[in-house]
Amino acid sequence: MTDAITIPNPVRSALTSHEREGSVIVNLGPSHPATHGTVQIIAELDGERVLRTDVHCGYLHRGFEKECEDHTWHNLIPYCDRLNYCSALINGFAYCDAVEQLMDIEITARCKYLRTLLSEYSRLTDHLTCVAASLMELGAMTAFLYLVMIRDYMYEHLAALTGARVTYSYSRIGGLAEDLPAGWLTRLAEILTEYEDFIGRVHGLIDRNRIFIDRMRNVGVISTADALSWGFTGPILRSTGVPRDLRKDTPYLAYGELDFQVPVGIKGDNYDRYFVRMREMDESVHMIRQLMDMLPDGPINVDDRRCIFPPKTLVYTEIESLINHFKLVMEGPSVPPGDIYTAHEAPNGELGFYIVSVGGGVPHKVHVRSPSFVHMGGVHLMLNGYQLADVVTTFGSVNMIGGECDR
Amino acid sequence: MYGKPLPVVSVSREPAGTFEFITTKKDELVGWARKFSLFPYPFVTACCAMEFMAVSASAYDTDRFGAALPRFSPRQADLLMIVGTVTQKQAPILRKVYEQMCEPKWVMAFGVCATSGGFYQNYASLPGIDKIIPVDIYIPGCPPRPEMVIDGIMKLQEIIAQGKHLILNDKF
Amino acid sequence: MSAQIFSELRDAFSDVDAAVSESRGVFVIALQPSHLITAVERLKSTFAFDIFLDVTAVDWPDRPLRFDVVQHFYSTVHKVRVRIRMCVPEAAPTVPTLRPLYGSAGYMERECHDMYGITFEGNDDLRPILLYEGFEGHPLRKDYPKQLEQPLVPYRF
Repeated sequence: MTDAITIPNPVRSALTSHEREGSVIVNLGPSHPATHGTVQIIAELDGERVLRTDVHCGYLHRGFEKECEDHTWHNLIPYCDRLNYCSALINGFAYCDAVEQLMDIEITARCKYLRTLLSEYSRLTDHLTCVAASLMELGAMTAFLYLVMIRDYMYEHLAALTGARVTYSYSRIGGLAEDLPAGWLTRLAEILTEYEDFIGRVHGLIDRNRIFIDRMRNVGVISTADALSWGFTGPILRSTGVPRDLRKDTPYLAYGELDFQVPVGIKGDNYDRYFVRMREMDESVHMIRQLMDMLPDGPINVDDRRCIFPPKTLVYTEIESLINHFKLVMEGPSVPPGDIYTAHEAPNGELGFYIVSVGGGVPHKVHVRSPSFVHMGGVHLMLNGYQLADVVTTFGSVNMIGGECDR
Repeated sequence: MYGKPLPVVSVSREPAGTFEFITTKKDELVGWARKFSLFPYPFVTACCAMEFMAVSASAYDTDRFGAALPRFSPRQADLLMIVGTVTQKQAPILRKVYEQMCEPKWVMAFGVCATSGGFYQNYASLPGIDKIIPVDIYIPGCPPRPEMVIDGIMKLQEIIAQGKHLILNDKF
Repeated sequence: MSAQIFSELRDAFSDVDAAVSESRGVFVIALQPSHLITAVERLKSTFAFDIFLDVTAVDWPDRPLRFDVVQHFYSTVHKVRVRIRMCVPEAAPTVPTLRPLYGSAGYMERECHDMYGITFEGNDDLRPILLYEGFEGHPLRKDYPKQLEQPLVPYRF
C-alpha cells in the first residue's frame, strides 16, 4: 500500500546500558494515554520496579517563540492561550501584564478585579482537568464524569463571555476584549453552588477510598530540598510543605486585597498533590465569591491610544482615530525598548514571561518560563524506585501540560 | 438527514440478481455494524484534548454512537483520531501508529492543527497530517465545539455505511 | 523589603567585575561568563536564591558579542528575583553549566542549546530536547527562516 520508508527515531536515549543484570528497558511512547499525549518515558525496569527513567518531551514543540517574533504584540495573544490550554486565560493575562509593565500602563480597577476573577476561574478549570484525568487513569470513571460535567458548565459560561470554550484570546494589552454580559455573575454564582455539590461527591468517593490511598500515599515522594533544587513551583512544591505562592509572596493584580489561604501538603506524595489541588480549588471559589462583591464599575480598557483601539464610531469619522486604528493593526502597538521578566502563579507553578523589546510593534523575543518544562526535568526523582504502575499516577499528579512544556 | 441519494449510474451489465442482492445487503449490514462500533485510538497531543474529553463525557456523549471505548493499542483500534497539533518530531510516531493499524481503518483529523497545521506555520509543526497519512474526515475548529465533533463522527459513519466491505466477492 | 536585599546584593557584587542595576523589580547583574560560578554560589549560599528559574538567550545579530545569555533566580526566603546577563560571541558561545548547583539546569540548558546553540561547559548531556535528532541549525537565531521545515517523514504531496 505505501512505499517502504525508514522511519527515523527522533530521540536518542540516555539509557544505553543496563544498570542491573536482567533489567528490561521499555518505552512508554509519546502516544500513550497515561503520559497525557506527548511525553516519552524510557524506563529501565527490574521486574515491576523502575530503576532509571529518561523523560523525553518536545513532541509538542510548536515554535511559539519563533512565531512571536513574526507577529505584532497584539497578534500573538491567541498563541499565548495555547500554552497551558487548560487555564488559557492566565497565560494571556501574564503576557499582557508583562507588556503593560514595559509600556508603563496601569490597567483600570475593573479590569484588575476581573482579571483576578478570571484567573481563579481558569485555575478551577485546570485543577478540574488535572484531577479528572488522573482519577480516570486510576479507573475512577465516575469522578471523571462528575468533574468534566462541572468543567463543561464553566466552559459554556466562559463561551458566553469570550466566544470560545477552551482557547479564548480574551486578554488585551491595556484591558480585556469585552466586558461581562448581562446575567454572567448570576450564572457564576449558580455554577459555584453546583461545583460545591459535585466536589462534595468526588470527595466522598475518593478521599478515604482504600484503593485510592493505597495507590497514591507514599508514591512519587519528593523532598523539599529536591523540589527547590530542581525548580519545582506551584502545587508540587506546596505538597512538600513549603507555603510558597506568588499570589501571597509577591501579590499582583488584586490578590493583595483578597483573603485566602495557601494549602500545603505534608509528604510530597501523590495524595498530597491531589489534596492540595482540591483545597486550592476551594480557595479559588472563595476568592471568586469575594471578587464578585468587590468588582467595581467603570471601563474595562485603559484610555491609552498606544494600545487600545479607538471606538469604531470615531474610526469611521475622524482621521486621527482612523490612522490610530490603522497603525495598531498594521504595525502593532509600539512598546518602548527594554526587557522584563514577569511571573504569575499559574495552576502549575510559576509561569514567567521574559520579553525583550527593541521598540516597535513586533517583539524581539518572547520567552516563556514554563513550569511544566522545568518539572519534566525533575520528574524522574518521583518515578525512580517505584512500580511501573505508579508512573501513571505520578505523571497524572505532576500535571504536565504539553503546550506549556514544549511551547 | 444528511444522506444525499447516491447518483444512479447506468452500467451495462447483466440485470441484478440474487447474488448482487445478497452482497448489497451484506454491505449494508457490515457497514451498519462497523459504523456503530468504532474503536477510536485517540492520538491526543494538544488543546483539542480538552474538547475530546468533553465530547467523551456525559454532556456530549460519543457512547451514543458506539464510539466511546478507546483502544490504546493500534492493533485493536479502527478509528485513528488525531487530536491536536502533530509536530515534525511526532510525525514518525504518527506514521508508525497508522501503519500498525489493521484494515479497515479510518482517520479523523480533529482540529485545525491536524487538518492543515492551524496557525502554526513554522519549522516545528507539520502542516496537516494528510502530508503523511491519508485522512477520511477533517474536523476544523480551534478547538472544534463538541457538536462539530459529533457532526464529523456522523459524517464518517455515512462514509462507513456506504462503503464496500469486501468479505465476499464474486469469486468467493 | 526588596530594597534592603538589593542594597545587600549591590554591596556584595561591588568588588567583582560586574555591572549591577535594577530593572522593574528585578536585580540585574551583568557578568563575564568566567565569574558566573562564583557569583551563583554566592547568590545561593549567602542570599538563599534557591530556585534557578530560567536560562535563555537573546540574539543580537548586529553586535560582535552576538548572544546575551540571561538567567533568572528566585529566593523563596526574600521573595525577590535576580537576573544574570552574560554576553558571548558567536564563535564561542560558551558559558559554564549550573548543573552541579541546581538540578533544574539540566533541561533548561538543553533547551537553550537547542534553540540558540549556546554550549554549557561541563554539561555533557546537551541532546536535543525540543527539537529532534537530525535537526540542523538553531531555530531561534535570527538568521534561521521561520518556515524552514526539516521533515523526518517524507511528505505525500
